[in-house]
Amino acid sequence: MNGYELLNVTFQFLESFAFIVLATVGLAVIFGMMGIINLAHGEFILVGAYATTLSAHQGLPLPVAMLVGVVATTIFGIVLERTIIRRLYGRLLDSMVATFGISLVLVQLTRILFGNSIDQVSTPFGAISYGSYSYSLYRVLLAGAAIATLLVLYILFTRTAFGIRARATIQDEETARSMGVDTDRMYMSTFAIGSALAGLTGALYAPARASPTPEFGSEFLVDAFVAVVVGGPSVLVGTPLAGGFLGLIEAFFTFQWTQFIGTVAMLVAAIVMIRLLPDGFSGLVESVRTSWRESE
Amino acid sequence: MEGVRMSSEPNSSLLERVRSPFEGPNTLGNSNGFWLTFGVGVVSLALYPVLFGTYAAGERAVFLVYALLGVSLCFVWGFCGILSFGQVAFFGVSGYTFGIVGLNVSSYTGVTLGIVAGIAVATLFAAALGYFMFYGGVRDVYVTIITLVVALVLKTFMDQTAGGEWAIGEAELGGFNGMRNIPNLAIGVGDVGIDVSRAMHYYVALAALIAVYLGLRVLVNGRFGYAMVATREDETRTEMFGYNTTLIKFVTFTLGGALAGLSGVLYVTWGNYIDPQQFAITAASMPVIWASIGGRDSIAGTMAAAIVLQWIELQLTGEWALVIVGSLLVFVILAMPEGIAPRLRTFVLDRQSSSEPATAPATTEEVTD
Repeated sequence: MNGYELLNVTFQFLESFAFIVLATVGLAVIFGMMGIINLAHGEFILVGAYATTLSAHQGLPLPVAMLVGVVATTIFGIVLERTIIRRLYGRLLDSMVATFGISLVLVQLTRILFGNSIDQVSTPFGAISYGSYSYSLYRVLLAGAAIATLLVLYILFTRTAFGIRARATIQDEETARSMGVDTDRMYMSTFAIGSALAGLTGALYAPARASPTPEFGSEFLVDAFVAVVVGGPSVLVGTPLAGGFLGLIEAFFTFQWTQFIGTVAMLVAAIVMIRLLPDGFSGLVESVRTSWRESE
Repeated sequence: MEGVRMSSEPNSSLLERVRSPFEGPNTLGNSNGFWLTFGVGVVSLALYPVLFGTYAAGERAVFLVYALLGVSLCFVWGFCGILSFGQVAFFGVSGYTFGIVGLNVSSYTGVTLGIVAGIAVATLFAAALGYFMFYGGVRDVYVTIITLVVALVLKTFMDQTAGGEWAIGEAELGGFNGMRNIPNLAIGVGDVGIDVSRAMHYYVALAALIAVYLGLRVLVNGRFGYAMVATREDETRTEMFGYNTTLIKFVTFTLGGALAGLSGVLYVTWGNYIDPQQFAITAASMPVIWASIGGRDSIAGTMAAAIVLQWIELQLTGEWALVIVGSLLVFVILAMPEGIAPRLRTFVLDRQSSSEPATAPATTEEVTD
């Protein structure tokens, strides 16, 4: 493997890592914090991508269009939470079935309103060339966006008063309420954050993938679910570890053979991981931490 | 089923003795009214080919085939609490296996062998996946996600099997174009056998559905069924009582896979065709939708919901069909979380208890679903 090829694998890894992390964060926040399996997660991403693409077509500069995508998805998420999701807290499987119904409706409505695909926004920044290779700069920069997103989430949930209230609500709703936390609002805000993250994913990938279709969101679904399971219940620890691990495997096998083999290798690795660590990476980190503390 | 039906008279009638294995607290409909409704339903389904012609019956046989798929989910989800999105995986694997065997081994032997192979491979696949999950400590929602991922992985894999290099003997997997020219259902050896197509296929599917329904009623009202329901209600407590809940879940899941495999064989022999779309997320969710709307712990409710919803979808061939089905799903989950059949049962029960106050407490406990 020469230097250029090493660079190739690195870029491939960064792209896989970014895709897995960004596909997962919104789902992971809503699942890890609220115990809601959002099967409409892909369609939240779809809303973000369509809002971004359509407002870019209206002549807005891309960063502003992306902001529109995030805001639109957030509002959309809040409306859905107030009308439907709110009634499903604590009913894990019911929430799955209901959000699947929502996803069916959204995909079909998108098709009815906008047809089978809309024109893509062109990918910004061009490509980096090295040797006989080149790689889209934007796709590499997405890894930076993924890391920045994780950092912001980390600060939000560990360093702010809001984050402490939100985590208190998740840990013990009744106690939190008796301490004066408006838990209903905490649930709504957490769902809004999850929606905003899904919207951000849609906005960031709207220019980076093929023309958005009504199935745009479902392309993220497998990676998102696999990473949530491999990551385990603790979002902030699990998501980057799962993204790093699965991204590494996918990048290596894609580089050695083909994209298809890379995907299969990643999924096989995920299934083996679930067998070895039923609580995912964050469960592993937790047990290592506990035994470390005990030995002290 | 000892002591399931607390019959007070020792010399119960023949009818009651025939009925007793099928009845118990784990199935909703145990009354005369229920069996009468069930009988009317079966007779009208049986009369369909006579009333609407064999062509229409041949076309509609798929409703019954999918109802069987719904029943396979109802069994594992409603009675053992395992929400599996993977029933379509077993369904599709069985269909593809039948196709591969049926296309390679000509004559009736191939078809008969295909039926056995399809169901066997689906069962083994379910057993392997179930062993992996339940003995690996995977539970609850993670089981659901893994089964969904398995179905989607199969879709990804089968989608790229287009082209001549993806052929097993005579059978080309065909990628997203699907596998074509799969033979009809038949039973026999060599050149001697019976062809099953069109209206015959309809009746075979109906017979399979009724047989599976009655068989499952016996099973869930028996000792194993009690253990299944106990596992669903409280796994830890059931384990404390000395039941091997892991084994119970494993067996239930495997059996559910076998039933999905049976419906897979009936599906490919109906359309002579299967494609990876059968593994897609929309297809994977249809059984969940039927069981949710019909009532996940009512096998008859799931069957009815599967048939009625497919009929509705057929009527709404336009672009709004999925929008309406999706909205219906959300509505049912919010308004009647346990599904329509249990709600109907409560409704009938209320009506009966208000019309005949306290005369027959034994019958008010068992009313139709």
